[in-house]
Amino acid sequence: MALLTADFTLPRRHFELALALRLDGIVALAGPSGAGKSSVLEVIAGLTRPARGRVALDDEVWFDSQRRVNRAPDRRRVGIVFQEYALFPHMSVRENVAYGGRARLDELLERFRIAHLSEARPDELSGGERQRVALARALVRDPGVLLLDEPLSALDAYTKTAVRAELATLLRELALPTLVVTHDYADAVALADSVGVIAGGHLRQLGSVEQLLRRPADAFVARFTGASLLAGCVVGRSGGLTEVALESGGWLYSTDEAAGAVDVAIHPWEVTLSRDGDGSESGLRATVTTLLVVGGQTRVGLGLLEAELPSASAAALGLQPAVVVHVHVEPAAVRLIPRDHARSSPTSP
Amino acid sequence: MPSDLRVIATNSPVRSLRLALTAVTAFAASAVALAFLVLPIAALLTHLPPGRMLDEFGNPVVRDAVLVSVETSAIAQAAVLVLGTPLAYLLATRRFRGRSLVVTAVELPIVLPPAVAGIGLLVAFGRLGLLGGAFSALGIDVAFNKAAVVLAVAFVAGPIYIRTAMAAFAAIDTRLVMASRTLGAGPVRTFFRIVVPLAASGLSAGAALALARGLGEFGATIMFAGSLRGVTQTLPLAIYAEFDVNLDVAIAIGALFVIATAAILMSLKITTRWRSSPPTSPFLAATSSSR
Repeated sequence: MALLTADFTLPRRHFELALALRLDGIVALAGPSGAGKSSVLEVIAGLTRPARGRVALDDEVWFDSQRRVNRAPDRRRVGIVFQEYALFPHMSVRENVAYGGRARLDELLERFRIAHLSEARPDELSGGERQRVALARALVRDPGVLLLDEPLSALDAYTKTAVRAELATLLRELALPTLVVTHDYADAVALADSVGVIAGGHLRQLGSVEQLLRRPADAFVARFTGASLLAGCVVGRSGGLTEVALESGGWLYSTDEAAGAVDVAIHPWEVTLSRDGDGSESGLRATVTTLLVVGGQTRVGLGLLEAELPSASAAALGLQPAVVVHVHVEPAAVRLIPRDHARSSPTSP
Repeated sequence: MPSDLRVIATNSPVRSLRLALTAVTAFAASAVALAFLVLPIAALLTHLPPGRMLDEFGNPVVRDAVLVSVETSAIAQAAVLVLGTPLAYLLATRRFRGRSLVVTAVELPIVLPPAVAGIGLLVAFGRLGLLGGAFSALGIDVAFNKAAVVLAVAFVAGPIYIRTAMAAFAAIDTRLVMASRTLGAGPVRTFFRIVVPLAASGLSAGAALALARGLGEFGATIMFAGSLRGVTQTLPLAIYAEFDVNLDVAIAIGALFVIATAAILMSLKITTRWRSSPPTSPFLAATSSSR
């Protein structure tokens, strides 16, 4: 597979976007709205000119501020699927795809199951069909790189799950360096091999889904992957376990080594609960604040913390708002993130 | 529906009466406004019997004025479209220092009194004006001839087209332009295959409004180009000239105007309805936007 490298800085109104990426697989760029994710795609495609840096596909240089290279967008081999697809409203499906070239036109119309829609206008298509047209159009020039900007955000929740699975399979078949921008961590995980978390103009962490969960680089990344965060302070270490006193009261053990002020990151599915007098006391007690039943799973709000357990267990425990429970988390599932390493305070994703 | 019945049932007689009064008042006001707007037009069209009207259309004064108006308007309109479209596109899509100053300069002729426009044209392009020396050195003389009419018409009508075209261009989703570029189209192909078709209804609206305004141009033309029959006497100037001489001719020209401008407005409405409207309707944006 080809390798796309992009390393650039781009001043935005409120911050500077500074990013270094190596793209040789499917990478998702995830982060909150306004983090500059779409700008990254525009820089790679040549639609926005960075202040300085370099963008290249293998040894084909598309932008190099030092060597004064700046290829126009139509001379870079990039296929883009824009947010909300940006299909030309005054052209039929066939004309939309043919706009980029006719060499692979019929093959792509067949492959994306849109041949029967050839004469339809974009406003007559469903969300899923529009996405397939946008993909066919993006691929018609045989691009060296595929860029997708929020490919699933224009879909309703019902179609999204099916389209997401289909898109994930397709991206793997294409075997192109692919960058998917999304604000939704679940979409990022579903579509990509590795996920980059971007916030405040910087790539906070780029790694496999597993790495992001096991070793979040900072509190922001941890929260973005769905972890609850608790402020705490390391009070000692013995027997391979670090003991942390929590600011909200109680204490927890972690296998991570740390000292001083820390953020404690815990994913909801790692939490188990018990009631007083069950004979299984723990160092952390919490009051149930909310209960959200999603099918077989129940999300239990415990103030700052969140737990996810089978609805049957929640019922067996007699969980209700205002009930006090003991919180248990395996020390191996408790992540300690040193406070002084955490960059600017995390905003909720 | 049951809920509606309940609403009516709970209305007190006083409230019902007040609602009825409001409706009657609104209807009466609309009728007065409409009548006021329609009456002068109807009077123009019905003042002369149809046979006399047709005879007056054949009057040499009318014929000459029609020829002058058609020729000068056609040239001015072509110049406005060719030179105004790129300017409108640049102003709509580029952000630069002093942009609002440039936009204001473009808009100024729309609100300037025609007499001021006439004087301005005279001191800019007239024999003794700013560029008069340069023009006469090139053997061009633009006062009191057809060229002067064209300049006057373009000066007052151009900004109307440019302003409407700017709104139409600004309403286009920039992602469509970006998509075209990444699909291998250069800026020129993108402009003609994406931008112009999507802005088409706004552009034709602007062109029609400019054409109607240009055909009716009076003040600037009479000051800058004079009113020479067969040379610079356009239709509005002919109305003014015939007003004292032969009122029937003036009325016939007025009727001609009503028919021509109504045709322009109607054809505009029909073409904009025919075009499949893109997600953002440039025509609506163009006519309602005051940016």
